[in-house]
Amino acid sequence: MSIEVIGITVLWIFLYGYVFVASVDFGAGFFSYYGKVTGKGEIINAVINRYLSPVWEVTNVFLIFFIVGIVGFFPDTAYYYGTALLVPGSIALVLIAIRGSFYAFNHYGHTTNNFYLFLYGTTGLLIPASLATILTISEGGFIVKQGNEVVLLMEKLFMSPYSWSVVFLALVSVLFISSSFLTYYAHKAEDHGAEELLRIWALFWSFPTIFASFLVFVSLRNHNLEHFNSMLDHSWYFTLSLAFFLLAVGLIMRRKSYGLAFVLVMLQFASAFFGYGKSHLPYLLYPYVTIHSGVTNPVMGEALIWAFIGGLSLLVPSLYLLLKLFLFDAKYVKGAK
Amino acid sequence: MELDTFMLSRILTALTLGFHIIFATIGVGVPVMIMIAEWMGIRKKDPHYFLLARRWARGFTVTVAVGVVTGTCIGLQLSLLWPRFMQMAGQVIALPLFLEVFAFFFEAIFLGIYLYTWDRFRNRLSHWLLVIPVVIGSSASAFFITTVNAFMNTPQGFRFENGVITGIEPIKAMFNPATPTKVAHVLSSAYLTAAFVLAAITAWFILRGKRSEYYRKALRLTMAWSLIFAVSTAIIGDLSGKFLADYQPEKLAAAEWHFETQRQADLIIGGVLDKETNEVKGALEIPGALSILAHGSPNAEVKGLNEFPQELWPPLYVHYLFDLMVGIGFYLTIVASLFIWARVWKKRYEWNPWLLRLIVLGGPLSMAAIEFGWIFTEVGRQPWILRGYMRTGEGVTSAANVGEMLVLFGALYLALGTVCSYVLLRMFRKNPPELEMQNRGIKE
Ligand code: HDD
Ligand code: HEM
Ligand code: HEM
Repeated sequence: MSIEVIGITVLWIFLYGYVFVASVDFGAGFFSYYGKVTGKGEIINAVINRYLSPVWEVTNVFLIFFIVGIVGFFPDTAYYYGTALLVPGSIALVLIAIRGSFYAFNHYGHTTNNFYLFLYGTTGLLIPASLATILTISEGGFIVKQGNEVVLLMEKLFMSPYSWSVVFLALVSVLFISSSFLTYYAHKAEDHGAEELLRIWALFWSFPTIFASFLVFVSLRNHNLEHFNSMLDHSWYFTLSLAFFLLAVGLIMRRKSYGLAFVLVMLQFASAFFGYGKSHLPYLLYPYVTIHSGVTNPVMGEALIWAFIGGLSLLVPSLYLLLKLFLFDAKYVKGAK
Repeated sequence: MELDTFMLSRILTALTLGFHIIFATIGVGVPVMIMIAEWMGIRKKDPHYFLLARRWARGFTVTVAVGVVTGTCIGLQLSLLWPRFMQMAGQVIALPLFLEVFAFFFEAIFLGIYLYTWDRFRNRLSHWLLVIPVVIGSSASAFFITTVNAFMNTPQGFRFENGVITGIEPIKAMFNPATPTKVAHVLSSAYLTAAFVLAAITAWFILRGKRSEYYRKALRLTMAWSLIFAVSTAIIGDLSGKFLADYQPEKLAAAEWHFETQRQADLIIGGVLDKETNEVKGALEIPGALSILAHGSPNAEVKGLNEFPQELWPPLYVHYLFDLMVGIGFYLTIVASLFIWARVWKKRYEWNPWLLRLIVLGGPLSMAAIEFGWIFTEVGRQPWILRGYMRTGEGVTSAANVGEMLVLFGALYLALGTVCSYVLLRMFRKNPPELEMQNRGIKE
């Protein structure tokens, strides 16, 4: 494999990691706020807090990793996206900043302030929407080069049906992923009230997710035919994804093996995500940057790959320790510790 | 000063970094103090030290959160505001930026574990061991990020031919001539600041009438380490001066308003500069001291600004920033020495209110020294963003709307700063050490 392919594969895996873990986190924040408002707070909040406390910083690092990595492997993206995304990027940043810090203020500061919770809950939906828009932009047509300047066509972005369908997909996926995870977690914690509530949420958000995926698919056709056709060539990824989805929903409906159901949801998103990513290649930004044109020099590329291997061999055992101590420690999950 | 995109981008960068550095410094320094306190607790079997470590760690989580989010802002803003710089420099210096993230990752994981496992291990030592990766992770990330900044000052490890970068050596770029002194000075000043800020907080409460053993132990511990770190910061600062004399003489010369190359150069403290004649008025001049700072001998020759074309001079106001930083460095060393002197030889002065007031003042001053030091190095590098290769103006974005983003982020930092202070104060008020000692059954 060439350096650019290794690079983009690694980065895409990390982005998947971020999207997935963050979805759980974002959705949990939203449910926690929702629970507070509707008075169903006590049950779910307890579950959500126990899961979120040790994990949120780790989530954020996934994102930083992706950003630093893509600029490292593909410096041209810094130039194009950097110039064009000043405004949307800054807004997403402010949202992420508000969310992270207010979570910490609320949680570590032991102040159950409804306003903090409100910020925490709503930013959890706005962030995925704004980050998803960056994927939309990568489809081309919204960033253009005029002479020596790189410009983002904001108006076009706002008017595009494709762009809105991606936002819609992002929102419902977040809610679906997190409710299916929290169902499993509540089940392990033997909190039956929460489990039942979350299960219904999971089912409620499941079909909108699939509907939104179709919508994105269809509207891409009008927006970027080349990518659309390439997606058809990779259609088995998406079929597989649908199969995972149906199995997962089946299990949740029949109140069976929530753990397996959650793994199936992970696989559902993984196959769709990698299908999307693979068919997007070689473009990083239609039509200006491809992984071949934008790649860094081979020396740096190789150094980054070694750094990555070294870093992972340090991180994987540590992550394992974290998960073992918190997520999979039955006593901790049940709140005994 | 014209407020164009370039100027606004500089201001926004300075704002973000200047805000981040407060939390970054705490983030690098406080884990070290936590590690020391918990270790003392284990060695002396003294619950007061455990409580110290526990309480510092609790406050620390709040500042880390702000550090993480403002750091995220920098990470993205560098590409948003300086896309051409990142496109070019990224090819050479991406490695440490990338490694930094791993260091953060490592730290974040263990911090999470450390915070939630105080009572989970039978053996206290196991819990203490968990803080070691936190210390390593935060200091390593400071190390990596500082190598990037060092690279901007003394770039090497590549060739630049006809606008194309070739012959890249990532390791050589990382370990450039500025790296040793810069990294050492940044780390040691962060440790110093953390120790002094914690000492200042403790001294504040003692002044307000809290006299229990808990506070006394805290102040003795933080002051002892402040002295150690203050001395090492000053020594490494002196080495940084020698580095500048060899590799960035224009920065040192600007800091010292040193125009003519000469031997037995004087160190100039304070004063006013006449812009027309470059004459210095009202300054305190120490004969030969600049030669000592630059090369270790009063007879050594120090390069002056006149050797450089005027358009490559950094802004000359950096002189004041340098003086302020060094002045604060001496202040902190003296105050810490006074306390230790009183503690060892003149016990009755140990809790002297004037001494305590000087310590309280040292907290904000040490943080100010960090800010002055950074603005000095960054402004002192101007007009270069990559010294010798790329001017700052060439690296800037072409996007409009930087002004609006400046307002947006300004509001964000204001909100974060306010709420963060409020939350920290509240945490302390709701659960003061006395109450916690009572709840945990510790004797005061
Ligand atoms: C508590 C903070 C603090 C204190 C007391 C001092 N410094 Fe400092 N100094 C810094 C915090 C700092 C810093 C924030 O860490 C800087 C900014 C950039 C850097 O590399 O370190 C710095 C930079 C810096 C530089 C520029 C290095 C470069 O551009 O590469 C020099 C020459 C000195 N310092 C010298 C000193 C001396 C002689 C001190 C005497 C006591 C001193 N500093 C005290
Ligand atoms: C990876 C390390 C760093 C990078 C890539 C970086 C980059 C930059 C850039 C691009 C600018 C704007 C251009 C300029 O005015 O020089 C700048 C300015 C500035 N930076 Fe750095 N910087 C780094 C480290 C730091 C750190 C750690 C601080 C700590 C506070 C800092 C403080 C400042 C300040 C105060 C300015 C404004 C200077 C001015 O008035 O122009 N920098 N930096
Ligand atoms: C010498 C100056 C600096 C020091 C000591 C420092 C240290 C820190 C610390 C302690 C944190 C908290 C994160 C954690 O503990 O998990 C942090 C966050 C961060 N810093 Fe800085 N920083 C410095 C300057 C910079 C600069 C110049 C950049 C930009 C290139 C930067 C990028 C970041 C990023 C991206 C994060 C967030 C990482 C995360 O999400 O965990 N830092 N920094």
